[in-house]
Amino acid sequence: MLELKQLSKTYHTGDRALTDISFTVPAGQVVGLIGPSGAGKSTLIRCINRLVEPSGGSISLANTELTSLRGRALRKARRRIGMIFQEYALVERLTVMENVLSGRLGYVPVWRSFLRRFNGDDIALAFSLLEKVGLGEHHNKRADALSGGQRQRVGIARALEQNPELLLVDEPTASLDPKTSRQIMRLIQTVCRERNLPAIINIHDVMLAQQFSDRIIGLRAGEVVFDGKPEGLTDDVLTRIYGQEDWAQVRQDQSGTDTEKRSPAIDVAEGV
Amino acid sequence: MTQAQTQTGPTWQFRSGKQQLLRWAGWFWLVALTVFCWELMNRDTIWAFVADAPDQAADIGDRMFPPAWGYVNELWGPLWDTLNIATLGTIIGVVIAIPVAFLAASNTTPSRRFVRPVALLIIVTSRSINSLIWALLLVAIIGPGLLSGIVAIGLRSIGFVAKLLYEAIEEIDVRQVEAVRATGASGAQIIDYAVVPQILPAFWGISVFRWDINIRESTILGLVGAGGLGLQLQASLSTLAWNQVTMIFVVILITVVASEWVSARVRQAVL
Repeated sequence: MLELKQLSKTYHTGDRALTDISFTVPAGQVVGLIGPSGAGKSTLIRCINRLVEPSGGSISLANTELTSLRGRALRKARRRIGMIFQEYALVERLTVMENVLSGRLGYVPVWRSFLRRFNGDDIALAFSLLEKVGLGEHHNKRADALSGGQRQRVGIARALEQNPELLLVDEPTASLDPKTSRQIMRLIQTVCRERNLPAIINIHDVMLAQQFSDRIIGLRAGEVVFDGKPEGLTDDVLTRIYGQEDWAQVRQDQSGTDTEKRSPAIDVAEGV
Repeated sequence: MTQAQTQTGPTWQFRSGKQQLLRWAGWFWLVALTVFCWELMNRDTIWAFVADAPDQAADIGDRMFPPAWGYVNELWGPLWDTLNIATLGTIIGVVIAIPVAFLAASNTTPSRRFVRPVALLIIVTSRSINSLIWALLLVAIIGPGLLSGIVAIGLRSIGFVAKLLYEAIEEIDVRQVEAVRATGASGAQIIDYAVVPQILPAFWGISVFRWDINIRESTILGLVGAGGLGLQLQASLSTLAWNQVTMIFVVILITVVASEWVSARVRQAVL
């Protein structure tokens, strides 16, 4: 269980990114974090695993207070939190297997990781995860040889290799096409269900957020302006989060593009 | 860029009046400097010698040909020395340059205020002294011979390799670093998994490029007594054996072409 209390972050430039964010994520809950660009979504999830230092408030993960940790203790806490990134953030020049195994770095002494001598269990887990995300045969390929969707699957496998208690997901579908985006979101949702794993998914696409999460938190200018069920995302709420827009029209456009993308056969026929 | 509203409509100028003036001043000084330098150069020139130049060149050229082909048999040893000076010197330089580069790169240095300036000072010192000057100093300190040459090449290479390498380290993709850090990896593991893979192609490219430069530089180190082909070159020059000098030039040319070919192939392979 993750608990945020009055979390705030002010960058040293004076920009106030987050103001008094408080919420609790119980085990197994998938939270969609939505909001306009610059609302503080990325900052929020990076404060949790301390890639960004919070300026105030507290974050506790299963009774471990994360904000005060230093050095070794912080690294031990990070092992418990898996993270999936925008544009995958795989180490491009390493193999798929090395990327997945890097999820175990927190558990392995430096010399072993340097020689790439991981435990048999870690390797077995990596193989089963690659199998699970559908990349069983690709383990020896270099990460930069994969397509966008495949890379994000490796990113998911890397996060799961940590055997995490919490999943932080930062714009997982930012550079993927609509169909692949859905597959990736479905995969994340499935693994969270299977492991009763809580997740915070920071996502631009409101429709995807609605479809694949149990709860939506809306952020605007660093403050929570909505927290509730996906069904509660009415046009009024969306206006509160994003500002004025013809939401009915947006929904219609969105579903329109999706059906086009889902039936490429039409395009092929036209080409002939 | 300036924009103004006039009666004939908006006008747009690429540069403002002040920028224009500054550019003119810049060009003016460049021309003035050129004239001044020309003046300086001509002051110490003895024109009689210059007028004589074609004859002199033809004379030396005449004595240089044909090259003393047989002399090549005396060059294999010095050539081998030259290659060894370049290769060992490069290895020494690269080995020392790696830690210096990590200490100098602003994203990996342990302390920007204290350690980084020291590392940068090492780089600047090494780079500002030509390897011939390093060799001159070292011949005086550790005596003539191959060792002086190797150390001279090594010292000169530290700055070159470290500078290019630390620039490569500073340009890495931080998201990959962030991703590895998020797994709970330690500092050494972050360098191993996120930094090194990103700079490896640059590292090999830089090292081989420096080796290629060092082959060229080590051919002349013998001029100051630091071993290799230069030693032979000096001997031939001082006895006015011009056809031997030509032979040495031919050997140097072939060596340099070969080393460039090798370095081009290696860089192609790693990129």
